[in-house]
Amino acid sequence: MTDQLSTAAPAPVLEARGVGKTFTGVAALQGVDFTLRAGESLALMGENGAGKSTLIKVLTGVYQPDEGQIFLHGEPASFAKPVDAQHAGISTIYQEVNLVPLMTVAQNIFLGREPRNRFGLIDFRKMQEDARALLATYDIHVDVRRPLRSLALGMQQMVALARAVSIDARVVIMDEPTSSLEAREVETLFRVIGMLRSQGIAIVYVSHRMDEIFAICETVTVLRDGKVVHNGRLTDLSRVELVALMLGRSVEKVKRGGVTAFGEVKEGEGEPVLTARDLSRKHQISGIGLDIRPGEVVGLGGLLGSGRSETLKAMAGVMQLDEGSLTVDGKRVRSGSVAAAIKAGVVMLPEDRKAEGIVPNLSIRDNIVLAALPRLSRAGFTSRAKQDAIVDVFMKRLRIKAASPNQVVSELSGGNQQKVMIARWLAMNPKVLLLDEPTRGIDVGAKAEVQALINELADEGLAIVLVSSELEEVVEGSARVVVLRDGSVERELRGSEVTEQHLMAALVGENHAPADESPAEIKERL
Amino acid sequence: MSLALEPSVGPATTKQVTRERIAGNVQRYGAAIVLGLLLVVGSFAFPTFPTVSNFTNIATQSSFLLIVAVGMTFVILTGGIDLSVGSVYALGGILAAYGSTWGIAGAVLLPLLVCGTVGILQGLLIAYGGMAPFIVTLAGLLGIRGLVFALTNEGANTPLIKDASVTALGQGGLLGLRWPVVIAVVVVVIGSVLLARGRGSQTVLAVGGSESAAVLMGLPVARVKFSVYVVSGLCAGLAGALNAAYSSSGVPTVGVGLELSAIAAVVIGGTLLTGGRGNLIGTTAGVLLLTVIQNLINQVGSLTSSVQAVVSGIFLAVVVIIQTVLSRTQRL
Repeated sequence: MTDQLSTAAPAPVLEARGVGKTFTGVAALQGVDFTLRAGESLALMGENGAGKSTLIKVLTGVYQPDEGQIFLHGEPASFAKPVDAQHAGISTIYQEVNLVPLMTVAQNIFLGREPRNRFGLIDFRKMQEDARALLATYDIHVDVRRPLRSLALGMQQMVALARAVSIDARVVIMDEPTSSLEAREVETLFRVIGMLRSQGIAIVYVSHRMDEIFAICETVTVLRDGKVVHNGRLTDLSRVELVALMLGRSVEKVKRGGVTAFGEVKEGEGEPVLTARDLSRKHQISGIGLDIRPGEVVGLGGLLGSGRSETLKAMAGVMQLDEGSLTVDGKRVRSGSVAAAIKAGVVMLPEDRKAEGIVPNLSIRDNIVLAALPRLSRAGFTSRAKQDAIVDVFMKRLRIKAASPNQVVSELSGGNQQKVMIARWLAMNPKVLLLDEPTRGIDVGAKAEVQALINELADEGLAIVLVSSELEEVVEGSARVVVLRDGSVERELRGSEVTEQHLMAALVGENHAPADESPAEIKERL
Repeated sequence: MSLALEPSVGPATTKQVTRERIAGNVQRYGAAIVLGLLLVVGSFAFPTFPTVSNFTNIATQSSFLLIVAVGMTFVILTGGIDLSVGSVYALGGILAAYGSTWGIAGAVLLPLLVCGTVGILQGLLIAYGGMAPFIVTLAGLLGIRGLVFALTNEGANTPLIKDASVTALGQGGLLGLRWPVVIAVVVVVIGSVLLARGRGSQTVLAVGGSESAAVLMGLPVARVKFSVYVVSGLCAGLAGALNAAYSSSGVPTVGVGLELSAIAAVVIGGTLLTGGRGNLIGTTAGVLLLTVIQNLINQVGSLTSSVQAVVSGIFLAVVVIIQTVLSRTQRL
């Protein structure tokens, strides 16, 4: 193993040559060549829909390639099931932790290969000792007898990683492993990744976070439209070049476009369409007041736990209020009722679209018309023609990329799923659109489209409230920003005050940006 | 640098940890605690209740349901359900009666063979055919009951057991306990050891806890799901055979609604209906609880069996409510 590391180019552990995969006539992968060497950490980059997930699934036996061949240690290999790939030493860490929450840490690590005593019964003591020792090698110290679900998500992820590696993995594929981790947990993960690499284990890392990619990856493979467009060392690329490769645009164009795709933003005029007064709920928010006018995007800034999501939920009727009033177009809206909020024209795009938004097994059409069904029905029957008309309009207008309206939503990329969600609410003819992290977990290109869409919708007179943990998104997308802290309004930024500097100062509760803390440091605390 | 353990949300307060532990214990031993209370209260309220003969009676009455409930516990732990056990129980009784012409071996092996096959068929459809347990075993409930009636001339025949060795299996016993009770205890002990320390049981818990995770971990998910229905079929058949031996006849109408009692006992015993957590001590307490409630109501004398059903129903509702509250507490 050490010999391998010392040579300039260790032998490839895992290779794909000319791999192709087609789904119902659409080519997800075409002639993909991919090489992974021992101890290498490779970033697999590409927009959503570029074929990253499909390639991973082909490499881990979830899908079988239609063309081409997989090679393991130079020998042709084929995996009929994920288990086959696991036995061959290829483990996958998924975005969501795929362990059993009710079972203990030790049980999870040794599921399927429990140590047994001479009577063939499970030896729990040895299992716990082994689990403790295994985790200790990565400097992780937890009570292995605790149920997994009592651990923080990051720790669960680490347990999953320890399990994967302890099954003699030579390749670990990580699919957005940090999407639910905190900064400190990410650090631990990176440390563990470093240790794995020094043992000669190869890492494939998929993430949308550029910082992470550049921090831990050596090489990069960029996919676009199912083809490999770049293969090489990461240090030879700048961030802009990488983004340009992913998008297939020129570097200049990417630079000119800025970080976000928001156009000019302006404050709304006239009477506020939505007025919130003194929104309060014990331990969560207190005395929050907001005015939103037609045609404006109001950013809602705040650190995690500042009450920004809660404020949106309160306005959308998802959360019961202890006190406070909500008025839309002069009419009081009953609090704590989603139906009343929707009827008044207030709709919310939830933060976690997987859990709270899309119905994955329904078609695009069904997902879009779901909320509008009561409006489209007469005497309990719905008009198919009316549905089709609405679906058609929104698919075109929001540029939803799909084979047909009948395609199942779970097959779409994250960006397109988000657009389907937006379409669902637009179909309700809302007056106020509440967006909670509308671009989280979607790739650069789709992000830009969603941002441009938010702009357009505001221009058409919709009142929009935007919550985002990305500062530049809030700053560039909003005409004014209401900053929350500890559940109440800290201050409001308008006009020239809407800058990252001011926003960050307000987030931490200071009137001026402190000199001794760099923006990066404050960002860290987000 | 070492990483300190932090619980999922915010810093761990000892209060939180304690509350979690209490909630977990109540969930696990709640049925046993209530059973204990009921025994104490019953003993003070009715002088005829705390007698040896009454307790032996309760034990015998519980034993048949307990064996069925052990199989049901394994099924429910995987997140499944077996509605066919009541009908399979009746089938086991009829076959034991017919089989008793070949002595005790026939009376035991014939029901186990046929009821095990029923479990195999249901297990195949569910585990390898990917069909819903509810529907497959509902078909079993209807179909097997039909088979029982077909075997007994539309229920007109009640095959009697004349072989003395077979009736002894029901009526005889050890240390004052009838054989069905002894066998039920053995079944619970074997089941408990397998569940706590057996290798397959880990997969049972994993499948119930998160089937997709179990599949991705390469566990033998289908094989385990298949096995629990076979175990459940065997348990129901064995219980039916013992009941026939006890009553010296195979009655075609026994076991109607038994599946619901078994499910109730399992859930009252603290097994999550969604699977992934539970134990057989709880199931045993659940079964005894149902029988003791019935016995206490009989002690009152003037109350009908419909009252007993109402009380059991309320009990079940309360347990489900407590379970929901407790699992919320634990997820804090």
